[in-house]
Amino acid sequence: MNKQILIHEKSRAGRIGTPMPEPSRSEQELLNFIPRKYRRDVDAPMPEVTEGEVMRHYIGLSVKNHHIDKGFYPLGSCTMKYNPKLNDRAASLPGFAEQHPLAPCRTAAGSLQIMYELEGYLKEISGFDAVSLQPVAGAQGEFVGLLIIRAYHKDKGNPRRKILIPDSAHGTNPASVSLAGYKTVQIKSNDNGIISPEAVAAAIDNETAALMLTNPNTLGLFESNIVEVARIVHDAGALLYMDGANLNAQLGIVQPGKIGFDILHFNLHKTFSTPHGGGGPGAGAVGVVKRLEPYLPAPVLSKKTDEDNRLFLDYDRPKSIGRVHSFYGNFANSIRAYAYIRTLGAKGLREVSENAILNANYLKELLKEHFEMPYDSICQHEFVLSCTRQKKQGAKALDIAKRLLDFGFHAPTVYFPLIVPEAFMIEPTETESRETLEAFAETLIAISAEVESDAEKLHHAPFTTPVRRLDEVKAARELDIRYK
Amino acid sequence: MSYIPNTDDDRRIMLEKIGVKNIEELQKPIPSAIQMKSPLDLPAPLSEMELLREMEEISLKNKTELAIFAGGGVYDHFIPSALGTILSRPEFVTAYTPYQAEVAQGTLQVIYEFQTNICRLTGMDAANASMYDGASAAAEAVHLALAHTRRTKILISDTVSPLYRDVIKTYLSGLNIEIVVIPHNHGVTDLEQVRSAIDDNTAALLMAQPNFFGLIEDIEPAADLIHKSGGLSIEAVDPIAAALLKTPAICGADIVVGEGQPLGIPLNFGGPLLGFFAVKKELIRLMPGRLAARTIDEEGKPGFVLTLQTREQHIRREKATSNICTNQALCATTATVYLALLGKEGLKKVALLCLDKTHRAAEKIASLPGFSAYFPGDFVRETVIRTPIPASQLIETMIDRYGILAGIDLGRFYPGMEHGLLVAATEKRTDAEIAAFARAMQEAASEATLSPAKR
Repeated sequence: MNKQILIHEKSRAGRIGTPMPEPSRSEQELLNFIPRKYRRDVDAPMPEVTEGEVMRHYIGLSVKNHHIDKGFYPLGSCTMKYNPKLNDRAASLPGFAEQHPLAPCRTAAGSLQIMYELEGYLKEISGFDAVSLQPVAGAQGEFVGLLIIRAYHKDKGNPRRKILIPDSAHGTNPASVSLAGYKTVQIKSNDNGIISPEAVAAAIDNETAALMLTNPNTLGLFESNIVEVARIVHDAGALLYMDGANLNAQLGIVQPGKIGFDILHFNLHKTFSTPHGGGGPGAGAVGVVKRLEPYLPAPVLSKKTDEDNRLFLDYDRPKSIGRVHSFYGNFANSIRAYAYIRTLGAKGLREVSENAILNANYLKELLKEHFEMPYDSICQHEFVLSCTRQKKQGAKALDIAKRLLDFGFHAPTVYFPLIVPEAFMIEPTETESRETLEAFAETLIAISAEVESDAEKLHHAPFTTPVRRLDEVKAARELDIRYK
Repeated sequence: MSYIPNTDDDRRIMLEKIGVKNIEELQKPIPSAIQMKSPLDLPAPLSEMELLREMEEISLKNKTELAIFAGGGVYDHFIPSALGTILSRPEFVTAYTPYQAEVAQGTLQVIYEFQTNICRLTGMDAANASMYDGASAAAEAVHLALAHTRRTKILISDTVSPLYRDVIKTYLSGLNIEIVVIPHNHGVTDLEQVRSAIDDNTAALLMAQPNFFGLIEDIEPAADLIHKSGGLSIEAVDPIAAALLKTPAICGADIVVGEGQPLGIPLNFGGPLLGFFAVKKELIRLMPGRLAARTIDEEGKPGFVLTLQTREQHIRREKATSNICTNQALCATTATVYLALLGKEGLKKVALLCLDKTHRAAEKIASLPGFSAYFPGDFVRETVIRTPIPASQLIETMIDRYGILAGIDLGRFYPGMEHGLLVAATEKRTDAEIAAFARAMQEAASEATLSPAKR
């Protein structure tokens, strides 16, 4: 641990990075504007390093990352597709980047136009009547959706108490339900991995506010009973929410707003290619049917009905659930999603989904002899296999995942969905070539053979990564979360 | 253009292997009645060159190149050149959440350094990997306080950003929580009102330092009051002003939140932003969001992982401390690199420059006929000017005639403050711009007073 690895450890008093000009008054004169008792005693100890050192440090760190521009990244339900560079260039145009959010609307006509047109495209793609770009992440989109559900029911006299969620759902779903003041009721998936109308009918009652469904679900299966399920939900006076994490399978094929869903959150950072940034920022736009439009978060982008049809931000929304973000969402990501849709057009978007589905089914086919496939039917954009066979031979899903890293592949999502033991959730996306899929399959099969011959070795994988397997138990027990 | 490598040949081979005749057969699980019968109605696709040209034209419909004297939580700061180079690295931009730590050491160490910087800036014991923005961070802080104290009432000073207050209200709307807004007295939180509002069901008091008007609050006695009744003190801070002000930890804060946009993130019409969140040791296990920790690998080499994940939604589901998953990691990376580039001296200098220029602008304008300081208190970061004509009107004229964004009309947020203009001058504003700003304000105001009919 002697090596200096943190920027703070590399700091030496007196080194300067970016120089700043001198103020017009002396430091003491300026500090006198702040009464002594409110002043800091010692300067905040930020690193003291030169610009060159900063570059070496962070470039040095960057190369330790796996990323989509380097290699395959088959994380299920994360849609790690290629992020076109043109989108980033568009987002950094100074006209967009230098716009203050509280300047009068009319100075932001270009930004509002992008937002308005993007809302329109998302309405068309999803089949919903209105869209808000304000939520900045999928989970915030869920939360907005649930507050809309609450506001709708409250308007009808009773906010209701429960939200139904399948056992295959993302963890954010129940967490958002709690945050919105609802109680989660879990529904079991049937033997085919989807929700049966009977299960919904049995669980639903007049205190059920909504059913939240991910479609296709996290097993990569289309909820083919959806029409019947929607009928049951609506007959009970409840609403049907769609988690759009897996929308990449449906572009130009199905419009969720036209098949019974009332609310949907998009993940612009998944389906519409905005980069993930090592964990964010994302963008979690929400679409709703007409009757839920009054509840969307304010402000809502509207068009003046006078002769010049000017766009403006409408704060006069008495039924709105309110604001969830300081401003209008992650606008820079709205620009990227706009550019992506304009680049592909209707035909291109449909090809995205068709090829995402094709790639997933092909990869599943390549692997199905070698791994347990608990739900072996035609999948959508992703599929789930189980490493139970390998576990019996001595290596868990985690070990296999770690071994994959040695071959330049990122591991799939592991141990999720929870209903599949030793789960590998694999989403190849449409931007991967057949050669890449085959290379990945060959590697995974080779690792499976390795399990048979030397399972013990895998417990120590990975071997070639910037660090070897890390001690998570020590991390949690000793909790070193800042440099002292 | 489609970014799809599959050729017709590839597709044929793949379909054959799967054992279906065509792509349509793969859509069999979707009932045909609900499949789209006609293509999406979207504009025809454009080439990269055409689209960039068109988007540049759209971007120019924004009125940019205004000299910005508006703040209100997000500010027009200088962004060092090296920051752009590092932030354009695809290794940071196109990586996912660091779920496989061994191939995400870059991202994880940056988060650890970010946590360190936030702790050093605030004096707190622990900071998380980021929240969506300052407003949602404040809402999550309130949640934490409610969970920790198991009480159901919170106090928020009305000098806290009205945007934060709106978001908190929305975040609490599904729960049965009483929100009491504490009025201000000459622009700062009225401590007598705090004293009388606190009871044994009060989970927390939220104040901002500086507050929305740029004024310095007397946090310590307020924190004492809330602590005496067993509640938590939440302090919202500005990361630049924090370089000069007494740390929240010393002022008695249990939770600190703030907006990190000033740390190298462009205005971007308000997003993406960067929420930061820090706590005292006792509250670490109730924190929302991701947390990076230092540990060792099999060979004893240092490395970083995500830790205490049992707080989070993917493990704890409905019992998680928060629903947050995706955060603002790349913005946290930006802030980390920004703070490294500026360093101890640079950060302090930026804070001093903001203090210098905002005071300079205030001095010049407040001495103009009809203008004055709105509040008597000490300010950093920004200040409120009383304007002879409604601030909204002044702002419009200043944009059109002088190319200056004069500030924020406080009448938008505080009924009765229509003559309050919130003005901030960052290090980017030159002396010439400040002088022009003052001249223009005088002209715009006197013209409007002389010929009101023209408006």
